[in-house]
Amino acid sequence: MKDFIIPDDRDMGTPVRQGAPVTLEIDGLSVTVPEGSSVLRAAAEAGVQIPKLCASDNLEAFGSCRLCVVEIEGRRGTPASCTTPVTPGMVVHTGSSKVRKIRRGVMELYISDHPLDCLTCSANGDCELQDMAGAVGLRDVRYEAPEAGGMANHFEARNTSGEANPEWLPKDDSNPYFSYDPGKCIVCNRCVRACEEVQGTFALTIQGRGFDSRVAAGGPADDFLASDCVSCGACVQACPTATLQEKSIIEMGTPDRSVVTTCAYCGVGCSFKAEMNGDTLVRMVPWKHGKANRGHSCVKGRFAYGYAHHKDRILKPMIRDRIDEPWREVEWDEALSFAANRMRGLQERYGKKAIGVITSSRCTNEETYLVQKLARAVFGNNNTDTCARVCHSPTGYGLGQTFGTSAGTQDFDSVEQTDVVVVIGANPTDGHPVFASRLKKRLRAGAKLIVIDPRRIDLVKSPHVGAAHHLALRPGTNVAVVSALAHVIVTEGLMDEEFIRARCDWDEFQHYAEFISNPRHSPEATAMLTGVDPGALRAAAHLFATGGNGAIYYGLGVTEHSQGSTTVMGIANLAMLTGNIGRPGVGVNPLRGQNNVQGACDMGSFPHELPGYRHVKGPEVRKMFEEVWGVEIDAEPGLRIPNMLDAAVDGTFKGLYCQGEDILQSDPDTKHVAAGLAAMDCVIVHDLFLNETANYAHVFLPGSTFLEKDGTFTNAERRINRVRKVIPPLNGYADWEITQMLANAMGAGWSYSHPARIMEEIAATTPSFAGVDYALLEEKGSVQWPCNEAHPEGMPLMHVDGFMRGKGRFIVTEYVATDERTGPRFPLLLTTGRILSQYNVGAQTRRTDNVVWHEEDLLEIHPHDAEMRGLKDGDWVRLASRAGETTLRAKLTDRVSPGVVYTTFHHPDTQANVITTDYSDWATNCPEYKVTAVQISLSNGPTDWQEDYAAQAAQARRILPAAE
Amino acid sequence: MSPEKMVHMANQIATFFKTQPGTDQAARVAAHLTDYWEPRMLDQLHAYVADGGQGLDGLVIAAEAEIAKRSERA
Repeated sequence: MKDFIIPDDRDMGTPVRQGAPVTLEIDGLSVTVPEGSSVLRAAAEAGVQIPKLCASDNLEAFGSCRLCVVEIEGRRGTPASCTTPVTPGMVVHTGSSKVRKIRRGVMELYISDHPLDCLTCSANGDCELQDMAGAVGLRDVRYEAPEAGGMANHFEARNTSGEANPEWLPKDDSNPYFSYDPGKCIVCNRCVRACEEVQGTFALTIQGRGFDSRVAAGGPADDFLASDCVSCGACVQACPTATLQEKSIIEMGTPDRSVVTTCAYCGVGCSFKAEMNGDTLVRMVPWKHGKANRGHSCVKGRFAYGYAHHKDRILKPMIRDRIDEPWREVEWDEALSFAANRMRGLQERYGKKAIGVITSSRCTNEETYLVQKLARAVFGNNNTDTCARVCHSPTGYGLGQTFGTSAGTQDFDSVEQTDVVVVIGANPTDGHPVFASRLKKRLRAGAKLIVIDPRRIDLVKSPHVGAAHHLALRPGTNVAVVSALAHVIVTEGLMDEEFIRARCDWDEFQHYAEFISNPRHSPEATAMLTGVDPGALRAAAHLFATGGNGAIYYGLGVTEHSQGSTTVMGIANLAMLTGNIGRPGVGVNPLRGQNNVQGACDMGSFPHELPGYRHVKGPEVRKMFEEVWGVEIDAEPGLRIPNMLDAAVDGTFKGLYCQGEDILQSDPDTKHVAAGLAAMDCVIVHDLFLNETANYAHVFLPGSTFLEKDGTFTNAERRINRVRKVIPPLNGYADWEITQMLANAMGAGWSYSHPARIMEEIAATTPSFAGVDYALLEEKGSVQWPCNEAHPEGMPLMHVDGFMRGKGRFIVTEYVATDERTGPRFPLLLTTGRILSQYNVGAQTRRTDNVVWHEEDLLEIHPHDAEMRGLKDGDWVRLASRAGETTLRAKLTDRVSPGVVYTTFHHPDTQANVITTDYSDWATNCPEYKVTAVQISLSNGPTDWQEDYAAQAAQARRILPAAE
Repeated sequence: MSPEKMVHMANQIATFFKTQPGTDQAARVAAHLTDYWEPRMLDQLHAYVADGGQGLDGLVIAAEAEIAKRSERA
């Protein structure tokens, strides 16, 4: 297939503005731009490229390089076009001999303190300084050091007499992905501004004045790695020279072509240009036209793609009869017929429903669709589930019940128009970093923030951003807090009655208002339970109800609870109460964990519903698929992941095809998961690596990375983005081909020739995708579903004129305490989460240099709790719950409240999930990861369980050399 | 699954619907169970109720009866 044609990628100099049209003349060309635009941008719009160095269209104008000077009729002097706004009728000359002379003089000064090693410079061909020297016609540099010495520069380590140059600084190579070479810096400030304006971290600064001005990360003793730098890459992208540059480019050279694709990490779904040199990927650069990320990136998507070529990657299929045997490498045919025969054999022996699938939220929509189709059309049952079970299934249920569909209501651009942001149970700066940067930008512009989280996440207080209110609730009391907010809004009459009357079911609201007004929901009554100061909670409720556009963003701290679904409904209630639905700047926004969780749910991965969220009990829906698939579809719901494991232990579920998910590490109560897997007779793991689940597998089918296949991902804003093949699959096949081969080995007779054909079938069977096809995606870049006859270009905002279900439904949300309670044996509450540099179970990020930021899971504990137990920072501690125990190192911090401890689950050596229990959300069985009663004590090293686990894993990972 | 786990899950569902207004709670619990529980889970519930249903919320027992009645009719 031909490469997607990349739209205009020119740098327009300064950011786009909204405003009334202004017409002016530039070099005789008439151009009309929005009011507030700079002359520099207007010129670019007219096709006139004014030379520039310090300007970039993702940064506010700075006016320091003086290269973009122009002449304007009727004005004195030569103003910088980047900082000069357009006015009607303005007449601009960009190329007069006067400004040409100025520009040449400016460049001459720049070059006088810059090495002339262009041919061997790593930025050769990718250097704006070089381009500008050419553009202004610089031919000579007149400034020379006097013979007696005395003129300094920044780029020579020693002068001609061999003396050390005090102005010279060595390269800083501390960051694993990029280097900082101070000798090549022109102090244009772009990196510092990118760090502030785009990323919002403020890690960089310009130290010193005049000739002594230097870019510096952190304080005087810091290098890049030791500073606050989060390695998002914005500074590297902004740098016009070789000063800040990717090490991959230094090593491999500049790219010669690029392919636009979508990141395979979190649910933000950033668009990237995969830049290639021949068939080698040399760099991933965030694509400025990507509508989710608008040209920004984080350390994972920008840099952590090296796992594709990691030595641990398995490229050959493998089989074994029993899990205590070593793996045997075999050809694809043998592996597939082995798998197919076993699965069919299990069905013959134990019944049609004895096998099932787990679809991957990391794979494409097309791949997911095929895996669930494998269960429904080839296995003949509905035993299909996906990792959304363990993250956002309550979102599906809760928003489905209240609004009528399971999806975030906004696009990410919406945050730019919000006035009050509520972040509940999410940690965007770590989990969804690019969204966090966009949010922080809005907060710096004056929007207010309310954080509801047991832990003091970075957003609560970081440079130039602070929460107006941080409600540090006790884990497990979300419903009580959300209900108390609603109580204040209703009892103080702060609700938007007009909206409620027009858009919601008024009778349901009456019930709800009566329920929520009861004094037992007041902040004062629930404070003992939640630990939240009633005054702060009331103030937060006032702010949200009266502060303008209110938007709620939430994550797994909401869903992964016994009452996860109830909290989602409570959040929907809050949005409806305050009329914050159906326009830009408002809404209910679930932040999805994995890249394609939204898509996996849309594609019918759940055991009770076919693609497009339609229950399998509906005869019309089944008929639609039965006609296309030519088989009868089971009308009964299938098993969810926890139910599959229970049934396996009971002996009625015997075979599993698990694509791109590591349930042994990611699912709760590891011992129970292991027992379930061990009880199965055929576990097929389809993955990049021998993951933890593969320790219990009989068939291993090597998978392909997102760089190696075509398809689509759907991000948290329902945006369907193209994934494009950058390199051929190292394992030989894209994942959709492998699923098709397995299906065909079981007699399916599928013949898809390209993922586009699969999307055609999805569009033909799923009303919300009816208008989606690859041609449209090529044309628009991306679309947000629903995309059909009514919305041919998709739908950025949902529920604009009415809810999907008709009237919005208020649902009574009674707080019910979880049964997971602290007591004398387990007095602390453990809650879990993510860290910026690692992703989920870490299978990908642990196999990149991201480990320099996080090489092990740490247990955060409040100094008070630590002192009572005699623990110091860095001590090995034993962490135990009623489910199991593990050991890890302690980190003392007041980010967590006394009584609460926190850890991440990125490393299999720790296996935080051996601690978590089998309690789950009442509606969806989404596990209660976020609340586990634990005890902590000093430890000497790994627990017996950890040692046994490691021994079993080592045993299970043996691979026999291939037979000759 | 273990009977304790099943009882816990079923009672959680009943606990939610008990808080909802109206008089059709048993029907709503029954609907939730048939919508989301796989047949072998429902079979386990039926068998457990036939065995006395110890520990099950009254609303679950009522819902189970509705499901049983419905499947007889079908």
